[in-house]
Amino acid sequence: MAKVTLENVSKFYGNVEAVKKINLEIKDKEFLVLVGPSGCGKSSSLRMIAGLEEIDEGIIKIGDQTVNELEPRERNVSMVFQNYALYPHMTVEENLGFSLKIAAQEKKEIEERVEEAAEILDITEFLQRKPSQLSGGQRQRVAMGRAIVRRPDVFLFDEPLSNLDAKLRNQMRTEIKRLHQKVSTTIVYVTHDQVEAMTLADRIVIMKDGIIEQIGSPLDLFERPATKFVATFIGSPSMNMINATIINENNQLIMKTDDGIFVPVPQDKINSVKDGQKISFGFRAEDIVPLRFGQKPNNHWDMKSKVNLAEPLGTETLIFTNFGSVEIVSRMFTPEQVNSNENLDFSLNLDRTYLFDDETGMAI
Amino acid sequence: MTKKQINNILIWIGAIFLILLIMTPGLWVVITAFRPQVDIMAKPAVWIPRNLSFNQFETMLFGGSEGSMGRSPVPVLSYLRNSLIISIVSTSVAVFIGTLGGYAFARHEFKGKNSYFFLIMLTRAIPGISLSLPIFILFSKLGIIDTHFGIIIVFVALNVPFTIWLTDGFFRQIPRAMSEVAMTDGCTRLQAFWHIELPLSKSGIASAGIFAFLISWNEFALVSNLARSTDSKTLTVGLMDFTSQFTINWPGMCALAVFIIIPALILTFMVQKHLVSGLTFGGVKG
Repeated sequence: MAKVTLENVSKFYGNVEAVKKINLEIKDKEFLVLVGPSGCGKSSSLRMIAGLEEIDEGIIKIGDQTVNELEPRERNVSMVFQNYALYPHMTVEENLGFSLKIAAQEKKEIEERVEEAAEILDITEFLQRKPSQLSGGQRQRVAMGRAIVRRPDVFLFDEPLSNLDAKLRNQMRTEIKRLHQKVSTTIVYVTHDQVEAMTLADRIVIMKDGIIEQIGSPLDLFERPATKFVATFIGSPSMNMINATIINENNQLIMKTDDGIFVPVPQDKINSVKDGQKISFGFRAEDIVPLRFGQKPNNHWDMKSKVNLAEPLGTETLIFTNFGSVEIVSRMFTPEQVNSNENLDFSLNLDRTYLFDDETGMAI
Repeated sequence: MTKKQINNILIWIGAIFLILLIMTPGLWVVITAFRPQVDIMAKPAVWIPRNLSFNQFETMLFGGSEGSMGRSPVPVLSYLRNSLIISIVSTSVAVFIGTLGGYAFARHEFKGKNSYFFLIMLTRAIPGISLSLPIFILFSKLGIIDTHFGIIIVFVALNVPFTIWLTDGFFRQIPRAMSEVAMTDGCTRLQAFWHIELPLSKSGIASAGIFAFLISWNEFALVSNLARSTDSKTLTVGLMDFTSQFTINWPGMCALAVFIIIPALILTFMVQKHLVSGLTFGGVKG
């Protein structure tokens, strides 16, 4: 049983506050992903859990034990690093067994557990090789194997896939997910890649500038982003975002974009906005439909625009066009030819349009 | 011939010229060691050596009676013993202290670290010989003139800064994640150092050790002041025993010089690979 609790945890580097009083409870056996742009404090948070960075303020608990003062080795956590950090002077077998050797386990026990881990990760045939004789993917497996062998309470992954090429990354991602199902241990996983976060996580923590923007399941974050940052960070392509001001036109509130385009305020938001409020409204690529290829949504607002560029991807086509002076992207799921400079009618789904207050960045 | 071939030939000629320039004095020492005094002093000079012999070496090591000058032999074996004791002990101590120091500079943050590092490096900028008088006075007050202990202390002080500099560069090359993994793997910091970082930097430590050894082995100026008798005189200082008021026993001196060079040469060959990788690897960081 190992839940991990962070209470008002802060980290300073000189005068810079890298992590600002974050609170987080990671459940036992949960796969939690910390995601955010570089410098958001996600790695610092992970390293504080590992014991590799001092906790400047607050409390971290693993299970019911406060670990602030414990050495990394006393916390029973295993960490997998971005650059693998395999011991180059040891064979794969020695790498896997090192932690047990340090813990003065019996030779037979070490052999058994190394073999078990090697089987889980399918690296049995490499046991006698040195890390330099392995490919990137194999090294990553060994690094994970080394973490498994200890049977830790918590696995910590620090951007473990960023050094791999795209194809291998997808493959290893699946393996990490499978690994979690096999060993069912609490995992805290740091990445800057939102796709990794979405595919792996039970829950995602989105961080920015040392604070937590939102915690939730992947779909939660996708469907109900709490802030403008979360909305643009999660999902690919990024959510389209248009700056606008709420104005009162003939006793009706309406959004006027910076380019002077008038768009009605979605019905469910009408009571939450006020005249003169600076807002951004966002919509995902699939919610602005090119009419020739799709169906008109129930609540819609239509516009005509010229295609700047079309990217056919097989199952879907991305169409880049202009919304006033802002370039937006529209996605359609019918593989039909779209030409640049073609004029198309688009229909914006107002039911799936998100509003954010520009001052606070919070969703309305 | 293409331009490239001409270039190659020029480079070769230049290289051979340079090698000759560097090698000739050494070669001359070696040849002289095997020649009788009359040949050496002959005028006009005898360029091509005639009757070569091991006489000098026999006299030197076994005190044979055939020394060309008929002098009583220099106590080479005592000097060898002194040289070995002083070099090995001072090297071991310097490498031990220097490695720990280098690790501290590479891995730990502490106040005034950079200035402290600079200060340590600065000690190497002072010519050793300028310290000889103060050291002499200090040591005579302490009563450690003409002892192994005194000379070892001087060599340790000479070699620690260099060892720190070299190993610091080495430890910096090892990713921090390596020791961090080891620590989450259950190691204390010391265990992580011992099992992971130390083995990974062994070529750097080896090269630091060889440099320290060679400096101790070859040092002359300081020891010639601090060593007064066979109790502590090293081989290099022993070379002076071949000079007397009016004459110099060149063959004997050269024979001893060859004797001094050989271990250094063997050592350098043995660890040549380490040495090169050590200097290029660790030396990246200035």
